[in-house]
Amino acid sequence: MTEALIQGLLLGGFYAILAAGLSLMFGVMRIINLAHGDLAIVGAFGVIALTERTGLSPWLALALVLPVMALVGIALQRWLFARTLRAGILLPLLVTFGLGAVLQNTLYGAFGSEARSLGSALGDLAWASWELPGGIVVGQLPVITFVIAVAVLGALQLLLNHTRLGRAIRAAASDPEAAALCGVDAHRVHRAAAAIAVALAGLAGALLAMQATVEPYGGPTLLIQAFEAVVIGGIGSLWGTLLGGVLLGVAQSLGALWSPQGFQLAGHLLFLAVLGARLWRNHRHQLGRPALPAWRHPRAARKAVRA
Amino acid sequence: MNTPKHFGLAVAAVLLLACVPAFAGASVVDKLTTLFIYMLLATTWNLMAGYAGLVSVGQQAFFGLGGYFALRLVDGGLPAYPALLAGALGAALLAWVLSFYVLRLKDGEFAIGTWVVAEVIRILVMLDPLIQGETGTSLIALNAVEPELRRSIGYWFALAALAGMALAMAVLLRSHVGTAAKAIGDDDEAAASLGVRVLRTRQVIYVLAALGAALAGVAWLASAITFLPRTNFGVQWSVLMLFMVLVGGLRSGSGPYIGALLLFALQELMGDFGAWYLAGLGAAAAGCALFLPQGLWGALSPRLSRLFARPHVSSSVSIPQERTVP
Repeated sequence: MTEALIQGLLLGGFYAILAAGLSLMFGVMRIINLAHGDLAIVGAFGVIALTERTGLSPWLALALVLPVMALVGIALQRWLFARTLRAGILLPLLVTFGLGAVLQNTLYGAFGSEARSLGSALGDLAWASWELPGGIVVGQLPVITFVIAVAVLGALQLLLNHTRLGRAIRAAASDPEAAALCGVDAHRVHRAAAAIAVALAGLAGALLAMQATVEPYGGPTLLIQAFEAVVIGGIGSLWGTLLGGVLLGVAQSLGALWSPQGFQLAGHLLFLAVLGARLWRNHRHQLGRPALPAWRHPRAARKAVRA
Repeated sequence: MNTPKHFGLAVAAVLLLACVPAFAGASVVDKLTTLFIYMLLATTWNLMAGYAGLVSVGQQAFFGLGGYFALRLVDGGLPAYPALLAGALGAALLAWVLSFYVLRLKDGEFAIGTWVVAEVIRILVMLDPLIQGETGTSLIALNAVEPELRRSIGYWFALAALAGMALAMAVLLRSHVGTAAKAIGDDDEAAASLGVRVLRTRQVIYVLAALGAALAGVAWLASAITFLPRTNFGVQWSVLMLFMVLVGGLRSGSGPYIGALLLFALQELMGDFGAWYLAGLGAAAAGCALFLPQGLWGALSPRLSRLFARPHVSSSVSIPQERTVP
């Protein structure tokens, strides 16, 4: 149980990296990139291919692949996403979903259906672990992933708060028109956000390939998990994605104790419950009532009756 | 199909198609059954995404669920064919229950929310011992029916489902629901402010689209017989629906049929290319969404009507012709 909790917590770091990019793109461009998970898989396969061809260390390969992923993000924004922005919410969904199908099947065509992993290239680290007091065993790789997640989110926070680009991104996210009036170049901001988002997706994919296996059709599952982490943590909040990721990871780990299917099921149910609770609160809010019905507040109910 | 003439033509076409099993070979009947299933998926997804602005990535839930309910009913002792129909209706009933939740989600949340709901349903179905997890099961009851007859019944089932849904959609879009749907498709918030009952209208359309997907699912089960959770609940059905509707023409009556025909033809010609072919489908769908927002039908229909229309001279600019005295 404790072990499942710790595993879930560490898994949350992975989800946070995956979700941060999705959240950033939604916050800045208002598009939900349905190909986000597939881009993560592309990054993973990029690192795997580079490691296998050249014999480089996976970490070095990752350092080489990340800038390429950022360029991919810029190219996608420039040639694809930017064209969808002016046409409402429907078009980005349709186009990114189509892009996802292209990426999945191209990977399948190029690499075959085999599930691949970076585990063998990592050597000892792949299974190395620390033993905590109480006989709890924690894998080193999940801990490293979690540390990377915190570092990435911290770096993003610094970027957004203390740099010119970060200010431009925040301005464009909160009010695009006012930002444009103040001389913020929306195209540049969008390209920067896409570059960061796709590079983060690639990082997440590579970290996944180190801890587990990746396969060409794994993207949709990653997308769903990333979206769940974003929604659970609250859309538009950077550290919220970490909280959302941790809650998602813990729910999944606890679900897995019950049944192998429970891993996914518990995450989905938590997501639907959070979404439902938020809808309920908004609904009550629109009616001008507290989130919980009056019978939960006997005193308030009496007051209402007297009035 | 605006006029009684068109309606008459459609009825004649359906009756003609119904006679096909009498003289065509087995492979033709099988292929046409697949085509009808594609058309059913395309038209109902278009109804939902095109007219009500609901981009769902979760219609596979009802495609699979119709089949699952049918299997459960057959297991409970119902004969196969009534069970298939009841299964589809059961899936539509569940769509009605779910609609109270999912229709309150907005745009992207709706797209991914419906997808997650479909995944939850798939996992729950896989937990059922009858389905045996990944292994799946088959509708063995259908093996008792003679193969020739089974093929014909499957064909008629798909044809009747398609014709029935087409009729239901035509009636619906001509009613006040259709008017409301058009307003919602343009701008749901503006429609709501004008007093259109957005949720109610979407609910009718969502349930009807779910029924269409479920009918397609049971028709698929009737011809494939095997039920594999990963296939029947696969998100690839959504990819196919998206392709057919976007390439054929979103928000058009005939577009989805053209899209289904095109998908069918591509599958016949290039299905051997496997993944590359599917990648091409995704690219074509995205490309059409970007560069051909009206789809093939929208691009072709003005030209076709120009081609087939009677050449007529506009009266306002007509030049009086010289009269020849007899």
